[in-house]
Amino acid sequence: MLFLQAIQWILDPEHWAAVNFQAGIAEELGAHLWLSFLALVFTAAVALPVGLYIGHTGRGRGFAIVVANVVRAVPTLGLLSVLLLVSLALPPAVFVFVLLGVPPLLAGAYAGLEAVDRQTIDASRAMGMTEWQILRRVELPLAAPLILGGLRGATLQIIASVTLVSNFGINSLGDFILGGLAANDYVQMTAGAILVTVLALLVDGLLAVVQRFAAPRGVSRGRGTTTARGRRLSVPTGTPVSEGN
Amino acid sequence: MSITRRGLLGTAAVAAALTLGLAGCANSSSIGGGSSSSAAASGGATASGDAKSIVVGSANFGENEILGYIYGGALANKGYSVSYKPAIGARAAYLPALQNGEINLVPEYAGSLLSYLDKTANAKSGDAVKSGIDAKIGTLNAKALDFAEAADSDSLNVTSSFAKEKGLTSIADLSKAGTVTIAANPEFATRPDGIKGLQSVYGLKDVKFKAINDGGGPTTLKALLNDQVQVADIYSTTPSIKQNKLVTLTDPKNLFASQQVVPIVSTSKATSDLESIVDGVSAKLTTEDLLDLNTKASGSDKPDYQALAKAWLSEKGF
Amino acid sequence: MDWVWSHLDLIWSSTLAHVALCVPAIVLGFVVSVPLGYWASRSTAARGVLLTLGNVLYTIPGIALVVLVPVVLGLPILNPLNVTIALLIYAVAIMVRSAADAFASVDADVRGSARAQGFSGPQLFWRVELPLAGPVLLAGIRVVSVSTISLATVAALVGIPSLGGFFTDGFQRSFATEVVTGLVAVLVLAAVFDVVIGLIGRALMPWNRGRRLTSRAAKTLATAVPGGVGANL
Repeated sequence: MLFLQAIQWILDPEHWAAVNFQAGIAEELGAHLWLSFLALVFTAAVALPVGLYIGHTGRGRGFAIVVANVVRAVPTLGLLSVLLLVSLALPPAVFVFVLLGVPPLLAGAYAGLEAVDRQTIDASRAMGMTEWQILRRVELPLAAPLILGGLRGATLQIIASVTLVSNFGINSLGDFILGGLAANDYVQMTAGAILVTVLALLVDGLLAVVQRFAAPRGVSRGRGTTTARGRRLSVPTGTPVSEGN
Repeated sequence: MSITRRGLLGTAAVAAALTLGLAGCANSSSIGGGSSSSAAASGGATASGDAKSIVVGSANFGENEILGYIYGGALANKGYSVSYKPAIGARAAYLPALQNGEINLVPEYAGSLLSYLDKTANAKSGDAVKSGIDAKIGTLNAKALDFAEAADSDSLNVTSSFAKEKGLTSIADLSKAGTVTIAANPEFATRPDGIKGLQSVYGLKDVKFKAINDGGGPTTLKALLNDQVQVADIYSTTPSIKQNKLVTLTDPKNLFASQQVVPIVSTSKATSDLESIVDGVSAKLTTEDLLDLNTKASGSDKPDYQALAKAWLSEKGF
Repeated sequence: MDWVWSHLDLIWSSTLAHVALCVPAIVLGFVVSVPLGYWASRSTAARGVLLTLGNVLYTIPGIALVVLVPVVLGLPILNPLNVTIALLIYAVAIMVRSAADAFASVDADVRGSARAQGFSGPQLFWRVELPLAGPVLLAGIRVVSVSTISLATVAALVGIPSLGGFFTDGFQRSFATEVVTGLVAVLVLAAVFDVVIGLIGRALMPWNRGRRLTSRAAKTLATAVPGGVGANL
């Protein structure tokens, strides 16, 4: 069976060293993770400040939603093609994946902050906390589970998509898929797909554990975001392009 | 709320109708050269149709698509009903499509076709390749027609500065260049005339491989010019070789088989009439033509493949 | 730009082919996901299994899925159905989560009072739960629509006509105009679909006009949808 053969293929130690005279699983895995990591770092650098600003001040949300959703519609293959026509190097590749990661993380960041009960914030303010202190000591801890949820979305998206760079001669686990396709080797191809999926799920699981411990004590977990019903919240980040309906 | 319910059902019905309608009208469109030819007004002609309706397929690179339009155009001029499935993908995709009758004719390259059909094939000369193909092509429910003189072979290229620095003229010279990385399509790793051939035929031990899936196209070229790789497998009729003053390493031990253009056609469609039309085209197709067509295709005005094919046909009197 | 004007017919036919790949996947994805999502909202175990499965499916690289679908199902290689099935799988992977959240957002008190008024099971579903879940379902299907249209471009890699053909062909010829044309066409198509779906939603849910999404479900949607762009080739 294809699936079992693919598992065997992965377990073969030789394939970890080299596959068809090319980088083996170990090297491709490293390249895939490194590229994903870079993309994630840049994603966080862009999405967190903007998301926290929007969530804290409530300003610019509509604009961010529109931008995030337009970005969502951009096909990665096309964008990579354009950027790599301009220059064959890592920076443009990373940039594309940052675009993939920003919408979920941005949404997580501002939805997380908006979900913090207004009364809690007002109470903090009444206690004499500065805005910065409110953000750091009240909003961030309470929003942590949702922010990490956004980070998980971004990570899944990035790890699964980095596969694409193989089409342009940059190392990633996608090499096994494309190589298998070219050589009519469905086992290798399936193995490549399994590796990507397992990697994404492992990293996601790791972040899920972090997320679990990130919720401050006293905040019920699953609902991380105890809100009064019917709050002003309007976060249809799932709503592409135009929000009006 | 019952209004809503009716509304939902109504929408579902409209959506379903829309789906069916659209699925019906999007049969054989294509990228890179327009859709089906004039005679194919009937749309998705399939293999089961009459012998005069032909579906021409092609691999996913410009030259092969142009060749598809050339053969298809010649047939259309003689009253065949021709439709196209261009840019199907790699050999592993379009040959099975030929085998199960989704396409009926596809321009192939002799050496690569043979090594696809017979993994252990070792034939290098035109005649040996031809008989090797003929022996095996029945498995594809297809038949190989006459070889064209035109050939588009693999060729290993280095930058002129690298060639000068290491004193390289032939593939054998790579042994004195230290460790080099070769860029080629992914299948170069498994093909008998790929990395394995470099090791066994030329005794090259210090070669690394980098798969770049664009058939010696822009990414491969950039990787070579950036010294990310030192050797690039680029099809010999690619204009970028000349444009960038690359040095093509000679192949004294004939590692790369003859890669003459050979149209292959479903046995069910291979009437003597069709064969004579197709063979007539192949007889006039030269390597210079390929280079010329490729140069035009990548030129600044980016003409359509179908237009290029049409121009070639009228120039050659078809 | 000259290239664009002289290729309008090609752009149009590719767009139609693209739409034909996407519409069945979006519509069927919705139809399949609603009952699954409803089930997931009723049972914690089902929710766990379905959402995990959705995550797993979603991370399968697109090109592998598109190539393996015909191998597994024994379909002809050049059949556009292969791409549509792959797109459907992704659509369900995203939409089940939204649907589960949508039904979970229906207030238990509301359900209880409907019950008390004598609503039967099906009546409860069609006349109370589905309408109340509507806004979140709508948000979910919009994400699915955008990501499907974006993702369908991978069809080009397996020789099936779509707007993605402009990417592969343009890249091969080092012709940025063509690639950008494809990009713009995809974005415009996504916007058109979004507007159409928005209008359908407006027509079906007149009570929702001008109101904004509220409640936990909206937030869950914001972060739990594994992202929209989809093009996880």
